Amino acid sequence: MRSFSYLSAPDVETALRVIADGEGVKFLGGGTNLVDLMREGIERPATVVDITRLPLTGIEELPGGGVRVGALVRNSRLAADLLIRTRYPVLAQAVLHGASAQLRNMATVGGNLLQRTRCLYFYDGAAACNKRAPGSGCDAIGGFSRGGAILGASEHCVAAHPSDMAVALAMLDAVVEVESVRGVRRIPIADFHRLPGDTPHIETALAADELITAVELPPVPVAANSRYRKVRDRASYAFALVSVAAALNVEDGVVTEARLALGGVGTKPWRATEAERALLGAPATEDAFRRAAEAELAAAVAGPQNAFKIELARRTIVATLRRLLTEGSAA
Amino acid sequence: MAEISLRVNGSAHELDIQPQVSLLDALREHLGLTGTKKGCDQGACGACTVLADGERINSCLAPAVQYEGREITTIEGIGHPLQEAFVHADGLQCGYCTPGQICSAIGMLAEHKDGMPSAVTEHLAVTGGELDDAEIRERMSGNLCRCGAYNGIVSAIREVAG
Ligand SMILES: Cc1cc2nc3c(=O)[nH]c(=O)nc-3n(C[C@H](O)[C@H](O)[C@H](O)COP(=O)(O)OP(=O)(O)OC[C@H]3O[C@@H](n4cnc5c(N)ncnc54)[C@H](O)[C@@H]3O)c2cc1C
Ligand code: SF4
Ligand code: FES
Ligand code: FES
Repeated sequence: MRSFSYLSAPDVETALRVIADGEGVKFLGGGTNLVDLMREGIERPATVVDITRLPLTGIEELPGGGVRVGALVRNSRLAADLLIRTRYPVLAQAVLHGASAQLRNMATVGGNLLQRTRCLYFYDGAAACNKRAPGSGCDAIGGFSRGGAILGASEHCVAAHPSDMAVALAMLDAVVEVESVRGVRRIPIADFHRLPGDTPHIETALAADELITAVELPPVPVAANSRYRKVRDRASYAFALVSVAAALNVEDGVVTEARLALGGVGTKPWRATEAERALLGAPATEDAFRRAAEAELAAAVAGPQNAFKIELARRTIVATLRRLLTEGSAA
Repeated sequence: MAEISLRVNGSAHELDIQPQVSLLDALREHLGLTGTKKGCDQGACGACTVLADGERINSCLAPAVQYEGREITTIEGIGHPLQEAFVHADGLQCGYCTPGQICSAIGMLAEHKDGMPSAVTEHLAVTGGELDDAEIRERMSGNLCRCGAYNGIVSAIREVAG
């Protein structure tokens, strides 16, 4: 690993000033992604500012029914919180389905949102990769692309977004609060992660000098009836091939509200708005669930190695909605 | 170089190290505590698991400088019924993953006692569910065993959790 200088920020003001004034400054959360990428030479900060001592570790109920989660809350603490478990079970479940218990004890909410893709060629310094080295090409296209995205890809990058937590946040319309010396901004989660387009190296709407300070969850009554389902190559401790975050309200056999987001298949955490549209007002039947899944997946584009994801996504969407209908929420 | 004071197994150690040194390397190479093992060095195997203020973490992804002021516990600092139970239940073959398994299991039992749910917990709103084999397997999934001693590991933990 290239050498760097280390500073532990005692307060937000110091962290913001150091990143505004310096060149090549990176914040250090749990380190579970940054340290790995630095060791691989993919991230090469000159200065690392440890932000884990900042007082951004609270989980607070907001007037009106929402919840504010500090950016330095560890993933394990978020999943263990009873307010989250009862009001947003899909979020607790999504977090618990990510990584391992050790990693969740280290990983922070802010770091989880900014974790980078697990595309093999992104990690391989000898490979062409537009995300790591803009303009170099994309070895995943026509290469080993089993993990690749089927929604939102471009001819420049087909990497899937790896986060489980962010899929639940997309379903919940979370808002990411960020701060720099220039002030505070609030970024809706739908605008936070970007599609690759022809600039796959630009992954989020976060500016280089901005700190994520919190994630706000709006009141989402339907989330009381929500679930997260993840399909992967082994039962645990693996990234998603397909995952589904879903919430459902049914009255007299008719869907009155539905929310759906997908992981493992999109180049960003994928809010399935087409499926939601198809579900609204439809009968709560297996047929209608399948048609909704197909409406979303009509836009899917796959290579020979990840074509299975289209069928797998269809089945996982239907199975998750069916379970919500018959068994109710994960809480 | 950074001068730090690291608390390991109850005593303070003054170290002069580069910020890129992991907690794992600090323990093994600088303090001679080689009980903690390096498997993958990328968070994917759990061999390097230690406790920080009682919580299990992967020391390979932890910059040592970040852990100044935390109480680190490694296998050298542990005397726990799990160790006997692993021997009795054949919870190991080569033993390489064992220090990580033991540290991880101690952290896991504390998490469960604290009411932490897991990915296989049926009802998230209910705390204090039973620690059955499915729960143990899921909660211990961050520790791989190349020898495949999983059945013994699960029964050793079940016995102590009992
Ligand atoms: C073996 C392994 C398996 C995994 N499996 C899964 C999985 O199945 N599902 C899943 O979702 N994830 C998985 N992960 C990824 C893991 O969830 C992320 O590494 C973790 O969430 C990152 O959080 P962190 O705090 O450690 O981030 P760090 O590594 O500290 O930081 C990541 C990035 O975010 C920046 N950053 C951190 N906090 C802030 C902030 N507040 N403001 C601005 N910038 C910030 C850093 O500068 C860095 O660029 C896995 C990781 C490993 C190593
Ligand atoms: S898919 Fe994206 S991350 Fe993977 S090699 Fe292509 S450009 Fe790089
Ligand atoms: S050596 Fe740390 S997880 Fe493998
Ligand atoms: S006992 Fe050999 S790796 Fe687990």
